[in-house]
Amino acid sequence: MENQNVIYGINGPVVTVLKTKAFSMMEMVYVGEQKLVGEVITVTEDLTTIQVYEETTGLKPGDPVVGTGSPMNVLLGPGIIRNIFDGIERPLQAIADESGAFISRGVAVSALDTEKEWNVTITVKVGDKLCSGQIYATLPETPVIEHRLIVPPKVSGKVKKVFPNGNYKLMDTVVILEMEDGSEYHLTLCQQWPIRTPRPVKERLAPTVPLITGQRVIDTLFPVSKGGTAAVPGGFGTGKTMTQHQIAKWCDADIIVYVGCGERGNEMSQVLEEFSALVDPKNNRPMTDRTVLIANTSNMPVAAREASIYTGITLAEYYRDMGYDVAIMADSTSRWAEALREISGRLEEMPAEEGYPAYLPSRLAEFYERAGRVTPLCGGNGSVTIIGAVSPQGGDFSEPVTQNTKRFIRCFWALDKSLAYARHYPAINWIGSYSEYFTDLDKWFADNYGDEFIKCRNSISSLLQEESSLMEIVKLIGADVLPDDQKLVIEISKVIRVGYLQQNAFHKDDTFVSLEKQLLMMKTILHLYERTKHLVSANIPIARVLEKGLFDKLLKMKYDIPNDKLEMFDDYIKDIDQKIEEIMAVQL
Amino acid sequence: MIIDYVGVKEINGSLIVIDGVKDAFFDEVVDIRLDDGTMRRGRIVTMEGERVVVQVFQGTRSISLTNTRTRLTGHPMEMPMSPEIVGRVFNGSGVPIDNLGNVFPDKKYDINGSPINPVSRIYPQNYINTGISTIDTLMTLIRGQKLPIFSGSGMTHNELAVQIVRQAKISDEEGQGFVVVFAAMGVKNDVADYFRRSFEKSGVLQRVVMFLNLANDPIIERILTPRCALAVAEYLAFELNKHVLVIMTDMTSYAEALREFSTSKGEIPGRKGFPGYMYSDLASLYERAGMVKGKTGSVTQIPILTMPNDDITHPIPDLTGYITEGQIVLDRSLQAQGIYPPVSVLPSLSRLMKDGIGEGFTRKDHQSVANQLFASYAKVMDARSLASVIGEEELSAVDKKYIQFGRLFEERFVKQGSDDNRSIEQSLDLGWELLSHLPKSELDRVDDETLNAHYIDNIEEYESKKG
Repeated sequence: MENQNVIYGINGPVVTVLKTKAFSMMEMVYVGEQKLVGEVITVTEDLTTIQVYEETTGLKPGDPVVGTGSPMNVLLGPGIIRNIFDGIERPLQAIADESGAFISRGVAVSALDTEKEWNVTITVKVGDKLCSGQIYATLPETPVIEHRLIVPPKVSGKVKKVFPNGNYKLMDTVVILEMEDGSEYHLTLCQQWPIRTPRPVKERLAPTVPLITGQRVIDTLFPVSKGGTAAVPGGFGTGKTMTQHQIAKWCDADIIVYVGCGERGNEMSQVLEEFSALVDPKNNRPMTDRTVLIANTSNMPVAAREASIYTGITLAEYYRDMGYDVAIMADSTSRWAEALREISGRLEEMPAEEGYPAYLPSRLAEFYERAGRVTPLCGGNGSVTIIGAVSPQGGDFSEPVTQNTKRFIRCFWALDKSLAYARHYPAINWIGSYSEYFTDLDKWFADNYGDEFIKCRNSISSLLQEESSLMEIVKLIGADVLPDDQKLVIEISKVIRVGYLQQNAFHKDDTFVSLEKQLLMMKTILHLYERTKHLVSANIPIARVLEKGLFDKLLKMKYDIPNDKLEMFDDYIKDIDQKIEEIMAVQL
Repeated sequence: MIIDYVGVKEINGSLIVIDGVKDAFFDEVVDIRLDDGTMRRGRIVTMEGERVVVQVFQGTRSISLTNTRTRLTGHPMEMPMSPEIVGRVFNGSGVPIDNLGNVFPDKKYDINGSPINPVSRIYPQNYINTGISTIDTLMTLIRGQKLPIFSGSGMTHNELAVQIVRQAKISDEEGQGFVVVFAAMGVKNDVADYFRRSFEKSGVLQRVVMFLNLANDPIIERILTPRCALAVAEYLAFELNKHVLVIMTDMTSYAEALREFSTSKGEIPGRKGFPGYMYSDLASLYERAGMVKGKTGSVTQIPILTMPNDDITHPIPDLTGYITEGQIVLDRSLQAQGIYPPVSVLPSLSRLMKDGIGEGFTRKDHQSVANQLFASYAKVMDARSLASVIGEEELSAVDKKYIQFGRLFEERFVKQGSDDNRSIEQSLDLGWELLSHLPKSELDRVDDETLNAHYIDNIEEYESKKG
């Protein structure tokens, strides 16, 4: 073939083609005899540069480069849930079946199973007018997720033919549309979408509903809303991954997309194992029935790592468009930023801060802005919540990825090394973290749990602030010299820190705590505080209260009160009142 | 047809540029023959049309523009494999240096390996008893894990690594199928010798495969050393189903070699001059640890790195920590107090520990003891910093208890002879004994049932009875 394009240069994952006009920006191409997947990243008259998503060992100058004519796409359809993909939506299980335990190159497998039959129920009839985003059929993807087939964006028309309900394969036509220009459009069970383009929505809604995670420090002090964005920064060993796992396991989103981006292989196998073992209390089905995993471990090709974030968010948006609440965990966005840097370096671009490319902030913004609570084209509402882990170099939050991420997220859960060293998990530092969602969410909390919840939260948060400034003094002169009312703040803050904020992910009752129990716990702690404060102001030494063991008792109430016996809190309150009365009686 | 390319276009550091090369492929190995008959090997690292850049492993000393003949070998860098490879000694690029001749290959492995498919991995859960209290109790080593030792120059990391090899019950009951792969990168001759002698003394030398790239060996070879070693480890583990413990020392020298190579290629440097792809590069080594479905073997890695200036935020330990499943950090002030092994407990961590301990693996109370020891020892640090301001005398009674606990913990729990092999029961019991020096109410990480079962109420009496 005369106009075949061939490789000219190779440098790591970057391949160049000389003097061609055949390719467009971001076009997906096949490189070499083995048809390695690549993407066009720069085009000049002389040179087209392609990043290759697989190992380039063995490629030769002169090997063919074939364009596909479309940008990097993912296939969207039933079979996504329960699956585990690599960064460019190749199913890892199918690859393992084909090439064994080690990933070989150029494996051609379809993203979704094309042979599996799905039990489709058509929801439209001949003559209906359909426009993009409308649902034309449903099928049970897993026992808990109903997959709703939606008309792809930019397609609309009148239904010309409807196939009967029954079993169909992925590529089978189930509805034929007559488009406005008279042509026919076959609606199958799947559609394609370019990963770098956000899917369209009807309108964006305000983030007024919280994402309940069952983690006390998050739900109480730093809540995130459905459709919100949160970042979890922390040095290594501070529990980023653990925090992400906990949220993925327990949050009240319908679907979880977990992107392991440049992280550890053993960690991914742990996620696989734990998620399939974990039974969702809401429907008695394993977690995997509503989870998609994207695993691009740190030793898998770097370019695919860069793409994995976009693949993940596109899958999330697809389910959002069906009207689901989706939460996407990106672990870790720093690895993704480093992939950008690595490729940028290979392109010999002018580096900005710490070698990262100058477009790092705009890429981060593009990604986080794809979160949101929306009305999809089909009506109703759906949301995509992004929770991104950040791994700052040396645990230093002033580095570019953390700093730029901070600009585009509204919830910042700063993980703290010293808390992690003391094995205080989740190691979310209550001084350095923040949430901007309070104003959006307060109404929801007030409607559902009364003004009390907000009041308790504010008291707890100001006690912690007060303690933090007292600790400065304690560090210098010791706790003994403080007056009793300040000692009380220190003591009650200890109860808040150890008995409330710290949460044991391995304890059956403590791993997930409902908002109701959170509120009762706060109320009990604050009740003790108020009663003791009263005593202290009457000049009764705080040591009297301490020796009664009330503070120690509250430290352990998270374990001692099972989640289904919340009435026990009444006994705790009674016990506090009784013991305080005793002290008063003695004093008088 | 075999073509010799005569001469080179350009020489720059360890790189040579050859023009007019046809039919070469990326990452291909080339043989370079100098006019005086010496042979060198190189690898194609960049290609632009017919112009290729070759990295010469043994360095470019005495290469001129005209005195070389270069030949393509037609394969990427490979390592010959055979069961007889165990017990052999190789140089940094996988050439035997023990005068026992070449390895007669059963198979050849590309030293770069391929990534393990995450779905084919087995989540590692089998605990390795190292006989060292701090490691077993607080940062348990798991089969298939990568757990680096973060050390500094002049600290006892080598002794610790040797002790782990000697005491580790990594093998199955019969002690079969246990192999050590030792990769030395830029270490001093004495250190390599120390390892050899220690392996010999403990009778494991016949089960060791050694790769030696010493401090005065070619630097570029250093980039190949861990890859050759890990290719061998993968062969032994996943082909011959053995349990392999890989010790790689010193990763700092490796990373510096990488930096040197990157600079000579003219790449844009990242932090401290290290290349932007160092994370991916280190990951391509560390991620080769693990276990895969359908095979009974395993690859466990203990990389050793010396932190420049004892700085844990330096790019090398920092990136390593983000890839490996925890770390064992050594501390200079503990070493100065004469404590061996000088394991700094608080920043050390094993991420795979939580699922490999407890009932059925070690003992039911293991997690509780570990949590409590960490939490209490963290408070010791607070008490000490307070004591350094106001003096120990002024501390509250509880803080004094903590100071005492800290001293006992370091002297009896952390400190351990290099021949002292403690069972996990001994270590855990010792942990409880030390915790019993604190008031019961201070132990807030343990549930009451466990606490009552193990807390020793009258510790002074108990210890004096024990003698």
